[in-house]
This record gives sequence, structure tokens and C-alpha cells, in this order.
Amino acid sequence: MYPFTFIKAPTESAALAAGAQGGKYIAGGTTLVDLMRETVERPGKVVDITALPYREIESGPSALRVGALVRMADLAAHPVVRSRFPVISQALELSASAQLRNMATIGGNIMQRPRCLYFRDVTAACNRRAPGTGCAAIGGENRGHAVLGTSDQCVATHPSDLAVALVALDAVVLLRSRDGDRRIPVAEFIRRPGTTPDKEHDLRPGELIVGIEVPGGAHTARSGYLKVRDRQSYEFALASAAVALDIRDGVIRDARVAVGGVATVPWRLSDVERLLIGKAPGAELWAAASAHAADGAKPLHGNGFKVELAKRTVERQLASIGGAA
Amino acid sequence: MTDMATGTPLSRVDGLLKVTGGADYAADHNPPGLLHAVLVTSTVSRATITGIDTAKARALPGVADVITDFGGVKLPFPAGEISFFGQPVAIALAGTLQQAQHAASVVAVRVTEKPAVTSMDDRQAIAVPSEEVADYARGDADAALKAGPIVLDNSFTVARENHNPMELPATVAQWSGDELTVWDKTQWVQGTGKHIAAALDVPESSVRVICPFIGGAFGSAGRTWPHQVLAAYAARRVKRPVKLVLTRKQMYSGVGYRPESRQRLALAAGADGRITGIVHELKTETARYEAYSEDAAELPKMLYTSPNVRSTYRLVPVDVSAGTFMRGPGFVTGAFALESTLDELAERVDIDPVELRLRNVADRNQITGTPFTQERFADCLRRGAEAFGWARRRPPKARREGNLLIGMGMASAAHPNYMSAASAVARINADGTAVVASATADMGPGTATAMSQLAADGLGLPVAKVRAMLGDSTLPTAPMHAGSATLASIGSAVHTASVAVRDAVVRMAVLDPASPLYQADPATVTVHNGVMSAPGHGSERYGDVLRRHGKDSIDSTQTWKPGDGKKASSYEFGAVFAEVSVDIRLGLVRIRRMRGVYDIGRVVNPKLAHSQAIGGLVGGIGMALLESTARDHRDGRIVNANMADYLVPVHADVPDLEAEFLDGADTASTPIGVKGAAELVIIGVPAAIANAVYNATGVRVRDLPITLDKLL
Ligand SMILES: Cc1cc2nc3c(=O)[nH]c(=O)nc-3n(C[C@H](O)[C@H](O)[C@H](O)COP(=O)(O)OP(=O)(O)OC[C@H]3O[C@@H](n4cnc5c(N)ncnc54)[C@H](O)[C@@H]3O)c2cc1C
Repeated sequence: MYPFTFIKAPTESAALAAGAQGGKYIAGGTTLVDLMRETVERPGKVVDITALPYREIESGPSALRVGALVRMADLAAHPVVRSRFPVISQALELSASAQLRNMATIGGNIMQRPRCLYFRDVTAACNRRAPGTGCAAIGGENRGHAVLGTSDQCVATHPSDLAVALVALDAVVLLRSRDGDRRIPVAEFIRRPGTTPDKEHDLRPGELIVGIEVPGGAHTARSGYLKVRDRQSYEFALASAAVALDIRDGVIRDARVAVGGVATVPWRLSDVERLLIGKAPGAELWAAASAHAADGAKPLHGNGFKVELAKRTVERQLASIGGAA
Repeated sequence: MTDMATGTPLSRVDGLLKVTGGADYAADHNPPGLLHAVLVTSTVSRATITGIDTAKARALPGVADVITDFGGVKLPFPAGEISFFGQPVAIALAGTLQQAQHAASVVAVRVTEKPAVTSMDDRQAIAVPSEEVADYARGDADAALKAGPIVLDNSFTVARENHNPMELPATVAQWSGDELTVWDKTQWVQGTGKHIAAALDVPESSVRVICPFIGGAFGSAGRTWPHQVLAAYAARRVKRPVKLVLTRKQMYSGVGYRPESRQRLALAAGADGRITGIVHELKTETARYEAYSEDAAELPKMLYTSPNVRSTYRLVPVDVSAGTFMRGPGFVTGAFALESTLDELAERVDIDPVELRLRNVADRNQITGTPFTQERFADCLRRGAEAFGWARRRPPKARREGNLLIGMGMASAAHPNYMSAASAVARINADGTAVVASATADMGPGTATAMSQLAADGLGLPVAKVRAMLGDSTLPTAPMHAGSATLASIGSAVHTASVAVRDAVVRMAVLDPASPLYQADPATVTVHNGVMSAPGHGSERYGDVLRRHGKDSIDSTQTWKPGDGKKASSYEFGAVFAEVSVDIRLGLVRIRRMRGVYDIGRVVNPKLAHSQAIGGLVGGIGMALLESTARDHRDGRIVNANMADYLVPVHADVPDLEAEFLDGADTASTPIGVKGAAELVIIGVPAAIANAVYNATGVRVRDLPITLDKLL
């Protein structure tokens, strides 16, 4: 770990001031401390934001609003989230471990950095960590890497399960800086690697995430998250699917489908959604729609199985949310 | 005596210490003036070191030294060269751990790289004979393969695995003049002492190694590794105590691994399922600077009656760190190929897998031709089948529950009952307490607890009055705590010493006119709760006679030696059964339940033995489904060297595990009748799971681990 100074910001304005001077925010610390130990992150100044007030979960008729410092465990267990946004509860409860979920925050969760083995090893080439050094994963061990949204600069998957659910539900990130407030859809906030894999998100220097907002709708209650991985628990996804369906009178009125574990960002499947909307639910439809879940995939030598796995994961989750009949 | 301590499920005598943080592990020692040492390791697999820049590190606050010159110390790899990725090349020493870590991270190592080969499958990697495992043949196995009628001929691979115990490798070294004290994580305090003494060229008698507790090791702390030597070396250089703890990442190349293996196993049989020939060709990776072979060839040669067997073992030296034994070394690897093949044979000849094994069970060791001291292999198979409900097994792909295919599989397990000469001291104190001690270790099986139980019975004392000591090189000589040999060896020594000191006090009493036991026949004296009595005589306590003789205590040190094993072969046996589910579309394999039935002779402590067996099943589940050390052979880097990416089973992966031990005592092997258990309980597990996966899906996976991509 590189030496750093540490302050605990007593107020929002103190935090924003420290952030504007280049301070690195720390919330639960479950991502940042690991990366500092590996010397992947070397902040000179760490600003603890846990004294700030962003701890509310407000569920209004039109939207769910969650403070950035709400713990993963608390959001997952919230009764309204459980009943009206089960995909969020499930994505959280299938993440990490109970101990981590008790520490980690929602803001930190969507800001978490890739689990790519080369990204986390400072002696390896990595364009995301050290732009211009190359990508060791493309020709290396890449069983866990992305097949969608990749570039010749970076193929790391986005690790957050929650973010997959949020992208499926059109959630928005609420940001604040000394220049004012901004609202950005999670899907735009988290960026594909392209030619600048080091620009992971649209957070400006010194800006704070104060919360997220999830629009409600008829689809959110009938939703769920499926996570597929080698180990039964405590592992990042090899493939995952967030699905929300609004089915009335035997017809799918609205459909939200996103996949995780297979793409460089939480990956919304708009084509699949289009194939579902207006149709009657059933096994054939699930198979036909999910066949497009990996359209455009570019498999690497170690992760070709993810193309088929993504389709099957989506198909399974459509069946379990929409009914197999 | 009815109230024997042996055979009771006594909880660990050191359990409370362990769960309350009272147990002192190596890294818990902080002698005054301590410096923290952090290794700088190589980031290439083969090179010549041309320079190491330490100026930046030395200028940092708190840094005491950065040692780059390993000239004064013997290491297994050549000085000035890099022989594997992750090799120690420098040591940063500072007042705090963080200072030392930071210093180590800014040391720059300059090298001239040489072409390296790190994969055993590389065309440039040349297999060589193992010096330890000779080629073997009986009959003409290749002719048997030609004759058939049933022939199976397949290849099997097992990924490299790392032990990953909770406790990281740690050494604290303190010199006082020419005397060195080392608090270390080691399965062999005396071996480590000897090794460090030789590496630093000091007399063995000047090195004391202490290790009363181990937070798991699985074989990784058996031999002495470079970091242990380097900690002592650094402490001598800087003239201050030094603590060196490997990081989890460094552990992956610092303390060995189960080598990656390639096997061909070909088997011929008659339509009646009787095996007529086995050809086993085996290769494992090894370091270029050091050959490590394991006993993977043994079971296919030994376990079943086959008149014709040919077996070869080759090592493939590459530019990697040295391998070492990991639970069930070799045997679990060989058993995977053998027991998978028997499962295939069972299907081909349409005979139940348990029945097939019963038809081929040998009543004597097929290599040596000697009978077994005690052999309950067939009983394990039958009892296991019954207890597991094996009769409910259906043909492949026949059982489905929703999206899950359900399958059952089984495999045999066997392992030699290794034993070594061992010494122990038993001391009876006049206050009615006793101590037994030996320089063994306890990496988790509960050695101290079992020692207390055996000593209590040997001494005629309640177990609560007996204290067991271990993990100090100044105690009586003990072999390495490994190979499942500890209880049979140390236990026998403890028993012998306890009985000897008991007899000594009895002798004092019967010769003492002041004793109520005066002139009693020593053979008729019994001791119960520390009270000696004999028919027709009175009774008195140990303490009474000791005090009359002006003694606070009396002790006896005894060495127990196993027989030469020429007349009979001592083996442990078992049978393991697994039920798995496999998701029909997603390929996910999950264990539903497992049961092992074992013949391990006398069970000294059923609770500890049960824990040992459950641990073996869990380790086997890891090997079967999850564990694999991922390497990038472009530069030899281990890419999943952490506990998030190297997967071991978590609780959710190990739902319903049961183990059972057959009654019995192998008194032909040891006076206490015990055989080993620790290796045995992992040995059949991967095969049983692979066989269950086949039964569920009809897909035979011959490459471990069985990850979902192999079943899509
Ligand atoms: C072993 C392990 C397994 C895991 N498994 C999973 C898993 O299966 N699925 C999954 O989704 N996640 C998993 N995680 C990741 C975990 O969810 C994240 O570490 C956690 O959510 C991060 O939250 P935090 O509050 O601890 O963030 P911190 O570590 O405090 O911060 C992370 C980053 O976010 C920034 N940040 C934090 N809060 C704010 C804010 N309000 N405004 C602006 N920037 C901010 C920090 O500056 C930092 O860069 C795992 C983590 C570990 C260590």
C-alpha cells in the first residue's frame, strides 16, 4: 500500500471540498482497500464519506430512491424492495458474502472495478490500469472475461450484480458536486471500454454519488435475478440475467432483460425485449427470444462457452419469471 | 477398564484456546525489536538477475534494510538466477508491516530474460523418468489389452491445486548470540530446525523451532521452504528479530502445490467384469531445480486383482516452483483415473459398480503379494452401499427433478498405513497430573487431544489430568506430521511411554515396604484415576509412592518403531458415495449428499475422526468441481492467486456429508490398533463425484475440475 492521508468528512460540503482537491472517497472500503493493498489504486488522500446522510430508502408511487450509503444488506432486506423490486433484492443477495454486504454500499457497488486478474496484478499489462500497456487478458487466461461490449483494448466484465438489475429497470444515478446536481441513467454512467478503458464511468472529479432512483412500473414486481457460477455462493457471475415482465391478459406488455458476467458493462438486451413484447408467454417464445441474448458476441479462446451460457441463462430466467407454460 | 478415554468423542483439548484467540500461531509472536520482512519476488519465469535497485526503498521511512544478497544461505535454486515466477529475490525489512510492504513494492529487479517453458504440455517440455517411482510390470498388460474382450483406454487430467489453508506461511526468527529460536508454521519442527541449520551452516543444536498450533496446512508446511530460511537469514543479517509472513499471492508459488497431471489408464476385462490387465502411464509437472514425484501410480498396481499390469511414471521438468504433497498426494490422482475407469467398465459389462469392485477385491497387496494386516475393503463397499441407499441408483439420465438431473456415483479408496519411528516422554507428577510430549505437530486432526486420550489410558488417569505438549523441537524426536502417519506413530510412542512410566511407579510401589502394594505381583496391579491397586493388597496413589521416594515426578522417554512390513501389508480402506444434481441446461454440478465408510482400525476419538473425514470430503469436492491454479503460460504467472478467484468449496457447496468407521483394531500394525485416516478420506472423492455426474447426465468428464463449461 502506498502512504496516504485519511480524513473523515463531517459534512457533505467538507466531502465535496476534499473531493475537489483530489481526495478519493471511501464508503464501505471493500473494493478500495483491496485495490490499495494490491497497489492498483494509489490515492494520496482518502476521504471517508460514511458520516454523510445518504442512508434513506424512500419508496414513492413512481420511484424507489436509495441513498448512496445504504448498505447492500439493508437494501436487499427492505420489505418494499423485496415485494416490488425483487430483482434488486436477489441481485444483492447473490452478491459477495454476508459480511461484505453488511459493509458495502450501493454507491460503492456501482463504482466497483473489474475483477480481471491482470487488472489486479500491477506486474501485468493492462490498458485500464495503465493506459497503453496492452491487454494481457486478450491472449491470456480469459475464461471469466466478456464476450459482449469488448474492444481490442479491454475485455474485462463489469462485476456488479446490482448494476445489471438497475440497468434492466432504467435506474438513474444521482450525482452532486460543487457545480450542482446531475442525473444520468446507470446504463450511460458505466462506460464501455472502447479506446479509453480507464474511463470506467461518467463521474467527474470530486463528484459524489448521492443515490440512485429506480422508476416503478407494472413490470418491477414480476422480476428476478439468476446468477450462474461454478461455486454455489460467493463468486462473481459467469453469466447472470435480470428479467422483469409485465404480463396482463396473457400478453407481455413490457419486458426488461439485461445480462451480467458476459459483458464489459451491464448489458441490456433491447432486441430480446422487442421480441417478447406483445407476445404470449411460453417456452417457445423464451427459446426464440433468448436465442438473441448473445448477438454480436466476440468470444475469446477461453470463454466461448459464455455465448451459449448467456442464452440459456436468459431463457431459464424468462421461464422462471414469465412461466414455462 | 470401562471408562477408557480412548474411543470417546472428547472435544479438542485446545479448542477453547483456538476459538477465543488464545492459541499462539507463529505470526502472533512479536519479540521486542522486531522487524517485519516482506519478500520481493520475480515477475518472470526464467532469467539472470542483472541488478536490483533498492535506493528508493531504502530511503523510505522505517526501512531498516533491503537484502538482495542471498549468498550466505543455501536455497534450492541457483543464486543470481530466476527459476520460476514468484521466486524470492530480495527482502525488505522495516519497523512496521506496512512500511516493509511499501518498500518491497518499490524495489526494482533488473533481469535478462531467457526463454521459459512453464506448461507440461509444451512441445519443448521433455518428460524424464522419476527416480523415486520405478517403472513396474507384472504379466503382460499390453497383450491383455489386445486380448480384450472388454477394453477401455482413456486419458485423464487433473489441474494444479494449491493447499490454501487459512493460516498463511509465517516465520518469526530471533537470534541470541549463536542460538536461533524460530516460531514457525511447520508440520515438522525438527525437520525445519535441521533444514535451517544446514542452510545457514550452523550446528543443528543451536536452532530451536516452536510451533504448537497450525491453522491448516494440508501438506504445505511439511518441508522447509525458502521463506523460512530467509527469515532466519535476514534476522542474522540485521541482528534483530524478524517476522516474515507470505502474502496469499506469494503462497501460491512459495509452499508447493499438487502438481498438474496427465494419465493414460487402459484396462482390459472379461465379460464377467474381472480385470485382466491395466496399463497406467502417468506424468506430472515438476520444477527443473528439484524433482517431486508422488504416489499416483500405486493404487492401479495394488488395489485390484489383475494378473497383468504395466505402470510408468514420468516427470516433466519446467520453469515452475517446486511441488509438494497435498492431502492424499498421488493416491487421489491415481484413484480418479482408476475409479472412473471401473465405473465405465461396470456399465460396459452391465454389472453394478459396487458388485464389480467386490469381484476384483484383492485379499493381498497386489504389488508385494503379502496379506493385509487387517482388510475390510469389501465391508466398506457393502456397508457404504447399504447406508447410502445405493440400491435406488438408476441408469444414466433416468432421474430428473425439474431442471435437475440426479445421479449417484461411488468409488473405492485405499492408502498405506504409513508409520515411522517416533519418541515420546510421559511424566507422572506427584500432584496427580501427567504430561506427555513429543516434537510432533497438530495441523488440525487433533493430535494433542488424541495424545491426551491415549496417555490417560496408558497411565490410568482421567484425561483431564493429562496435558499433551507438541510442536517444540526440544521435545522427543518425531517424524514429519504428514502421510496420515501421526496417530499410528506418535500415538504408539505415547502409549509405550505412558505404560512404561506407569510400570515404573508400580515397580517402585511393589518394592517399597511402606507401600500397601508391597510384594504384589506387578502384573496384577491396575491403575484407575491415578490409584494403584492389586487383589489382596491395599491401594495408593502415584503421588504417595513418589513423595515417599522424594520425587516430584517420574518420567520415561520411549521410542516406538513399526515392524518392517515384510510379512504383512498395512493398508487403510474406504468406499465413498455421492449424489449430485446437474442442471440440465446450465451444467451446474451440485453435491446433494455424500457418505464415506472407512476401515481405519481403532478410532481413538470418533468426533475428531468424523471431522477429519468431513474435511476430506470437502477437499475432494473442491478437487472434483472447483479447484484449479490458473496459469498464464506466456510468462508463467499464476493469475488466480487469491481466495476470490481460486475457488474452494463454501458451506453452500457441502450440504449433507456423513462418515462412518467400521469397528475394529489393527493391532498387528500398532499396539494401539490405529491406522491413518487423513489421506484416505479424500482419495475416492473426485472419482465418486465424476461417476455421479456421469450417472446423472451420461457425460463422462475426465478432466478435473468438472466445471459447468464441460457439461453445456
Ligand atoms: C471477495 C469479494 C467478492 C465480491 N463479490 C461480489 C459479487 O458477487 N457481486 C457484486 O456485485 N459485487 C461483489 N463484490 C463487490 C462488492 O459488492 C463491492 O466491493 C462493494 O459493493 C463496494 O462498496 P463499498 O461501499 O465497499 O465501496 P468502496 O470500496 O468504499 O468504494 C469503491 C469505489 O467507489 C467509490 N465510491 C464509493 N462511494 C462513492 C460515492 N458515494 N460517490 C462517489 N464514489 C464513491 C470509491 O471512491 C471507490 O473508488 C465482491 C467484493 C469482494 C471483496
